[in-house]
Amino acid sequence: MSDASFDSNLNKAGQPQDAGFSHFFALLKPRVMSLVVFTALVGLLAAPVSVHPIVGFTAILFIAIGGGASGALNMWWDADIDRIMKRTKGRPIPAGLITEGEALGFGVALSGISVVMLGLATNLVAAGLLAFTIFFYVVIYSMWLKRWTPQNIVIGGAAGAFPPMIGWAAATGSVSIESVLMFALIFMWTPPHFWALALFMKSDYDEAGVPMLTSTHGRRVTRNHILVYTILLVPVSFALAFTSIGGPAYLIAAVLLNALFLRGAWRIWRRDEVAADADGYATEKTVFKHSLYYLFGLFVAILIDAALRSYDLLGAGPFGIWGL
Amino acid sequence: MAFFRKGHEIHTRRFSRNMGLGLVLAAFVALVFGLTIAKVSQDEFAIPDAAEGAGYGEND
Repeated sequence: MSDASFDSNLNKAGQPQDAGFSHFFALLKPRVMSLVVFTALVGLLAAPVSVHPIVGFTAILFIAIGGGASGALNMWWDADIDRIMKRTKGRPIPAGLITEGEALGFGVALSGISVVMLGLATNLVAAGLLAFTIFFYVVIYSMWLKRWTPQNIVIGGAAGAFPPMIGWAAATGSVSIESVLMFALIFMWTPPHFWALALFMKSDYDEAGVPMLTSTHGRRVTRNHILVYTILLVPVSFALAFTSIGGPAYLIAAVLLNALFLRGAWRIWRRDEVAADADGYATEKTVFKHSLYYLFGLFVAILIDAALRSYDLLGAGPFGIWGL
Repeated sequence: MAFFRKGHEIHTRRFSRNMGLGLVLAAFVALVFGLTIAKVSQDEFAIPDAAEGAGYGEND
């Protein structure tokens, strides 16, 4: 066997194939970054302190880059299992386009740049939260929890919940009940969202040695977990309505979206695998789609209330809550 | 002799990476410039008192 057969970093002509700009961009997990950008932007815009547009743009940009950097470090650490799973085989490292060392250097450099730039552009609280988010995602989730416990997605979900808190801190320089509740909303939303996906996605996590609830405890337990976490999510989402960033738009959205999500979780709980198999996991797929609408809808509602508030269309009542 | 030397093969191979990095660096410079202008334009920005600075090094 020739050396070339070991080296997947060769093109069809047998010449070395260098990673292009787009391959490094793919290391940043752009789809995950879009959620980071959106929720961080809502946190920044909903905050009671306005920021200069360029400062705000810089803050969102470097929060996104920090999130992307943690994605690159995750791909560096998980390169061994990414080579095994079909879904991840095409990523730049398993595809042989970027070496593990390059991904590590890229991730570390971008982590440092993003934290320093966010600190310079806004404040140390926001920078510290971003640094902690990167640490949490890479060390706590990727290195420790992911391969150790089937509850990995529950605790690991915290990493995806930090961006609105960072956006809020970028504007206010502090952490408050509003930003903690935005964090809690995404934190509680992640498990039912992800487990609904896990029920209908035939994944090869087992081969990769990653414990997922569907395989370690079975699909019945996963269905129970989806219902319980959705029930726990409801009070968290309603609590936000009665803070300074809540308002009528958010309350209406919370009523409708929680009803929709709860109904879906209930339907998932009532079904068994035979019924799910029979209709091609139609309910699970619908609930997964609705879970995306749920989070997007609630955060858009926060923005709508922030816009109403900025035009003085919401009065401040005796409790400091929107006209109550 | 041609006016322009034929570029090395590595330049062709890495064109997208080099171009992308160049554009990112240019955007970074523009961003830092814009951020500086935004920061010094804010009301709370104040140039440090010259008298404070004058004291430095007196006890060296």
